Amino acid sequence: MKKLNKVVSVVVASAMVMAMAGCGSDANSGSADAYKIGGIGPLTGDGAAYGLAVQNAAQLAVDEINAAGGVNGYKLELNFQDDELDAEKSVNAYNTLKDWGAQIILGSVTSGCCIAVTDKTKEDNMFQLTPSGSAVACTQYDNNFRVCFSDPAQGAASARYIGENGLASKVAVIYNSSDTYSTGIYESFVSGAASQPFEIVSEEAFTADNKTDFSVQLQKAQESGADLIFLPIYYQEASLILTQANGMGYAPKFFGVDGMDGILTGVDNFDKSLAEGVMLLTPFAADATDDLTVKFVTAYQEKYGETPNQFAADAYDGVYALKAALEKSGAKPSDSISDICEGLKAAFVEISIDGLTGEGIVWDAAGEPNKAPRAVVIENGAYKAM
Amino acid sequence: MKTAFMTKLRSNKALKSNLITFGMVIIAYILMEILMAAGVLSNLLKGLLVPLCVYAILAVSLNLTVGILGELSLGHAGFMCVGAFSSAFFSKCMQEAIPIAGVRFTLAILIGALCAGLFGILIGIPVLRLKGDYLAIVTLAFGEIIKNLVNILYIGIDENGFHFSTKSSLELNMSENGKIIIQGAQGITGTPNDSSFTVGILLLLITLFIVLNLIHSRDGRAIMAIRDNTIAAESVGINITKYKLMAFSISAALAGVAGVLYAHNISTLTALPKNFGYNMSIMILVFVVLGGIGNIRGSIIAAVILTLLPELLRGLNDYRMLIYAVVLIAMMLFNWAPSCIRWREKMTYWLKSKKPVKNSGKEA
Amino acid sequence: MSFVKYLISGISLGSVYALIALGYTMVYGIAKMLNFAHGDVIMIGAFTTYTICSTLGMSPAVGVLAAVVLCTLLGMGIEKVAYKPLRKASSPLAVLITAIGVSYLLQNVALLIFGANTKAFASVVSFPALELAGGAISVTGETIVTILSCIAIMICLMIFIKKTKAGQAMLAVSEDKGAAQLMGINVNGTIALTFAIGSALAAIAGVLLCSAYPSLNPYTGSMPGIKAFVAAVFGGIGSIPGAFIGGILLGIIEIFAKAYISSQVADAIVFAVLIVVLLIKPTGILGRNIQEKV
Repeated sequence: MKKLNKVVSVVVASAMVMAMAGCGSDANSGSADAYKIGGIGPLTGDGAAYGLAVQNAAQLAVDEINAAGGVNGYKLELNFQDDELDAEKSVNAYNTLKDWGAQIILGSVTSGCCIAVTDKTKEDNMFQLTPSGSAVACTQYDNNFRVCFSDPAQGAASARYIGENGLASKVAVIYNSSDTYSTGIYESFVSGAASQPFEIVSEEAFTADNKTDFSVQLQKAQESGADLIFLPIYYQEASLILTQANGMGYAPKFFGVDGMDGILTGVDNFDKSLAEGVMLLTPFAADATDDLTVKFVTAYQEKYGETPNQFAADAYDGVYALKAALEKSGAKPSDSISDICEGLKAAFVEISIDGLTGEGIVWDAAGEPNKAPRAVVIENGAYKAM
Repeated sequence: MKTAFMTKLRSNKALKSNLITFGMVIIAYILMEILMAAGVLSNLLKGLLVPLCVYAILAVSLNLTVGILGELSLGHAGFMCVGAFSSAFFSKCMQEAIPIAGVRFTLAILIGALCAGLFGILIGIPVLRLKGDYLAIVTLAFGEIIKNLVNILYIGIDENGFHFSTKSSLELNMSENGKIIIQGAQGITGTPNDSSFTVGILLLLITLFIVLNLIHSRDGRAIMAIRDNTIAAESVGINITKYKLMAFSISAALAGVAGVLYAHNISTLTALPKNFGYNMSIMILVFVVLGGIGNIRGSIIAAVILTLLPELLRGLNDYRMLIYAVVLIAMMLFNWAPSCIRWREKMTYWLKSKKPVKNSGKEA
Repeated sequence: MSFVKYLISGISLGSVYALIALGYTMVYGIAKMLNFAHGDVIMIGAFTTYTICSTLGMSPAVGVLAAVVLCTLLGMGIEKVAYKPLRKASSPLAVLITAIGVSYLLQNVALLIFGANTKAFASVVSFPALELAGGAISVTGETIVTILSCIAIMICLMIFIKKTKAGQAMLAVSEDKGAAQLMGINVNGTIALTFAIGSALAAIAGVLLCSAYPSLNPYTGSMPGIKAFVAAVFGGIGSIPGAFIGGILLGIIEIFAKAYISSQVADAIVFAVLIVVLLIKPTGILGRNIQEKV
């Protein structure tokens, strides 16, 4: 009775396996005319806003570089794969890119996924630059570099900044206890705060499953008399916190880190007056007036109809850093993956980039960028240096 | 001798079906190994071999609960989570103490299965008193509780022994050279990469052996009797609680094994809604239902198809998950809608009538 | 004083859950299926209102009306294409899985149309906040409107089911489809009507959810959807007043767990309470206990 069904399913399953078995068998060494860059990030699911920003900005940078004559006379080619914010899918994406013939990896966008991919790139000795994977382990091997700050650097820098500038005497923290990024910064903030002249009076968490109502966290902060709330979280949740704090008539100072960037531009239709007075440590401001930022933001808006955020800026800088390192190392697309990696590893510690996220960014051999976080405050709906 | 076996085979439908299932897995294994040795296997498929085993084991184990025991469980990923974290914790602690990967991984599998099985019993005792959708929602609740608690678990080790905290790694109060093993939401990083396709297939075969043997044993018939009519089963003296608990805990332990395989395949283990939340539990249920409730072989095939599908659709870029959803709905309708089943029967009949009927034996 | 504040926060959150749970329980009670796509219909409703009010600049009333109409049509369409062919399937799980497929489909359609960026939903409620105890406690306009809509919808639904012919037909279908058909009831029509009502309620719930918590993206509906499902089970699934009570209680428990125990394990506590309630009363607070016969 179910015979046809069985035959169909077995045929479908084996056809799929065969389709996949064959797909990438011919692509081993790179083609001779272009550097193949593989991007990995979440394009669907909860993290889609971050992955799409990285994809868009990386594509923009690649197009610009190609239009200007490419790198060492060769073009760049970008193939961006979805990882759905899942470590296992991220490895699948990496393997897909390997089949395509990727020689350099730009990704993954998020920390957990990035750590999973570092093991694989290490095995293959493929160069990996993550635009925004901020966990310490994202650069655990010598072939891993990043563009953004690491979590400990951000948490400690925030604690120092608040303490040294006497911004507050009582601080509350609201963080996402189910998120790698947020807990990483939270922990380093707390340990950094121990030596600072302020006290942490309230530490409240929320989770990915419970991120609509922040009334309790805000009320606890208010009752504990906090005059500043530290928010090591992304701008989507921060926008809700600002709205709800305003609704209950509570107006402390708010202090965020790079995930907060996007509060003015990343949430469509957001009432910017709510963000007035919010302070954040960020290397990038979409409304900065330097030529590079203006050019990037205009081009991005024209092409994608959105204002770029922190993730986009990191990805854009990442592609230009790769260009500089490729030029320095002199690697050719026809070189083996391992040779390109060795060349880039050596070149990365020597280059210096004037990018969107900082001037004169240099890297150490551990893969960490050396750039100063800029503290900004939101005034009249725009960032202003503090 | 041979003819005796053949006669037995012909008369025993269950044995024949089981052999087909085992044969299918073994042939797939040999085929993949040949392709791999010939160097024509794409990296993507090579990377997917272990996950395919993981999802096949999960689907088979959930089929034991859903198809054989007849209870809807929406918390299967919770047991996988327990198996994954307990075994990864063990492997991380014992990385230096037991340098031989084979021994360590065998122990890890046993520990993962044992822990998940224990959770199965602990959760099963209260849960199995409930019925239908209420049982489903309570298993979902347990799965979410496990995920939530794992996310706040901090465990470190130094010369003074283990340190626990539910707040942050700072509160572990460890000495200088202590190392943090489970770091809350950041999970476990650096689990040794012990899983391989061969181990995965072996575990899948063991899973099949356990489940198929159980189904065709006295115990299995008792379990199915409970599924078909609880009151009637009780009236003939079947111990309802014992058999329900048996099926549920075996199912949980096998999910734990899948978790072990999963945890030792990627170097970072975090309990996200995506991999250990209700989303994953539902995904496993999709494998089971698409493959046919109670149909073990179908579960494996459905798990393979649905795991490969989104990867094959990568070429569609933005439309990938959209098409995936459409295909899922279409497959469900094709497999389950009574009108489609009638159409399929007609087609089978039509195809058969075109060529002379060879085997006049009873049709399966 | 803080206790009262937490209680009000709990009721605000709970009223949103209750509103979603009403739609859930309606569909479950009559069609006997868990509609996992309900949360995503909510999201579509909210996006419709957002597009009409914020993008096209029309009045909120038009936006809400459009959302109700669109979601009603969508709900009936989904029922016709995806659920109806499976109504006579040999297992009730088949339609559950198809609902999951529909849920993925709606999320990805929304992702393609509206993009991944979060949108700040402009509240459709222009009702001022209610100040109590000399301004120390305030209840937002959204909460008041949500609770009033919940009560109004609950009463309307109960009257509809008890007093109208279509409502009685629904009851009959939920008891026994075969017998209802023999009595001359149009079973297909009745179930389609159930989905129409359920989806219209989803549209209203979506608008009020996003008015109270103004953050809208293609995945906004899925978590409240699951929470509302829990609320519906809590109150006794299929029971209309049960859904209301379950929703409010779930909100209060969630807020109290965060406030008085730990904000890190609030989810676990909510689910633990649910488990305890179901173990004591296995069919939820107001659920009916059906005796099983051989």
